[in-house]
Amino acid sequence: MGLTRIPAESAELLAFDGVSFVVDAEREILHEVNLSVAPAAVTVLAGPSGAGKSTLLRLGNRLDIPSAGSVRFRGEDSAAIDPRELRRRVGMVFQKPVPFAGSVRANLKVGAPLAGDEELAGTLERVGLEASMLDRVADDLSGGESQRMCIARTLLTQPEVILMDEPTSALDHENRLGIEHLAKELAQEGIGILWVSHDLSQVRRIADHAVVLIDGRNASAAETAAFLDQGMSEDKS
Amino acid sequence: MNATQIGWAGLLGSFALVVVAIALSFSQRLQLSRSMLWASARAAVQLLLVGFALRLVLDSNASVWWAWLWVVIMIGFAGFTIRSRAKEIPGIFLLGTLSMLTVVVVSLSVIFGFHVFPIEGRTIVPLAGMMIGNSMTACVLVGRRIVGELSEKRDEVEARLALGQSWQEASRPYVRSALRTALVPQIESTKAVGLVFLPGAMTGLVLAGVDAVNAVTVQLAIMYLILGSVATSVTVIGLGLTRRVFTPDHRMRSIARATE
Repeated sequence: MGLTRIPAESAELLAFDGVSFVVDAEREILHEVNLSVAPAAVTVLAGPSGAGKSTLLRLGNRLDIPSAGSVRFRGEDSAAIDPRELRRRVGMVFQKPVPFAGSVRANLKVGAPLAGDEELAGTLERVGLEASMLDRVADDLSGGESQRMCIARTLLTQPEVILMDEPTSALDHENRLGIEHLAKELAQEGIGILWVSHDLSQVRRIADHAVVLIDGRNASAAETAAFLDQGMSEDKS
Repeated sequence: MNATQIGWAGLLGSFALVVVAIALSFSQRLQLSRSMLWASARAAVQLLLVGFALRLVLDSNASVWWAWLWVVIMIGFAGFTIRSRAKEIPGIFLLGTLSMLTVVVVSLSVIFGFHVFPIEGRTIVPLAGMMIGNSMTACVLVGRRIVGELSEKRDEVEARLALGQSWQEASRPYVRSALRTALVPQIESTKAVGLVFLPGAMTGLVLAGVDAVNAVTVQLAIMYLILGSVATSVTVIGLGLTRRVFTPDHRMRSIARATE
């Protein structure tokens, strides 16, 4: 695929530095959040519902911009990078699969308009789908297939980081494990994955690093331990 | 008295039909009698005022600039009307007014440039009125449709943006669909004309004693003018409005999140 790999000594691809996000001029969704995404690893952003996890991801892809603090990509302030270029380097996979009208091929070409069938088929196989699916109508795919297609679409932009916003929440157990396995494989290929989850058993399955967010701020060490322990006890029960 | 001059007595005679409507409302207890009376009286006052003003503007001795002034007032009034019908869309007044201005400039340039009609008060005012009237309705429709389509498909639009598309590329399929929706009724009515109903201008000319075929050619020219005007105005307002939904750095504004 010719992915741009970053030097092994680089500790972070994407970094959120003291990021705050305010809506309606007064409601603070995020408060001075710090987080970094390492290459070739799955960083899980965990926390209860409403903690601001999805909002943080949107700031990473610049679908929103922080009210304070900064997001850096490869050390450069993302505000100084053309957002279209940034979004191709920092891809995003949404909670629910979002197929566009038309064929799987047409969907994939949104990620890479110039790609030929060979490249598209290769990317489908990379995410565990058959090359013959190129002509299928995207809306007819199952939930698991559709989410894999969306990941393929993102991979075609050749991202160095993929932000995954609870990408398995709408899927059954088997598909959930399949997408988790895929994320681990992509991380092994060098891509930095930032995966949002509030499913603690999932956190334990896939996380190389875990960051916990509570009420829009970084959890303290004690809060993080308590939150993750809660997952342990839930798993045992 | 010829076919086009009904006189005050004729007007009063036609009012008999309003009396019938009021009587029906009264007998069926629809409680619409007062509204009907008020609407009829208001229409009479408004139109008579317009009629007297138009008599001054359209007088063959009057300067053609009075007609142009009339068109400017119509454009401003259309802007206000568009805003009052689509209050939920920010900036619709300016966009609507700009759109009407574009329509008038483009269409009248073609019509007068090709000498389809002579440049006179009696052609400028009614032609501009027909273009603005038809375009105004289409503008409201397309404005609502674009905001509705983009907010309904926000997930898709943002997924496209997230893949590195510009706002123009990301919004194109949805804006295209909204523009088509606004234009199709105009195209359909152009197709059906003559088969289902006889349009106003042609009816007026026939009543005034003009040869039917001559009346048809005038009507056709007007219909082409209206089709072009609607297409122009819908495109101007569509693209202008879409631009307002996005920031220059390709983010979607919260306006389109209204339905979330």
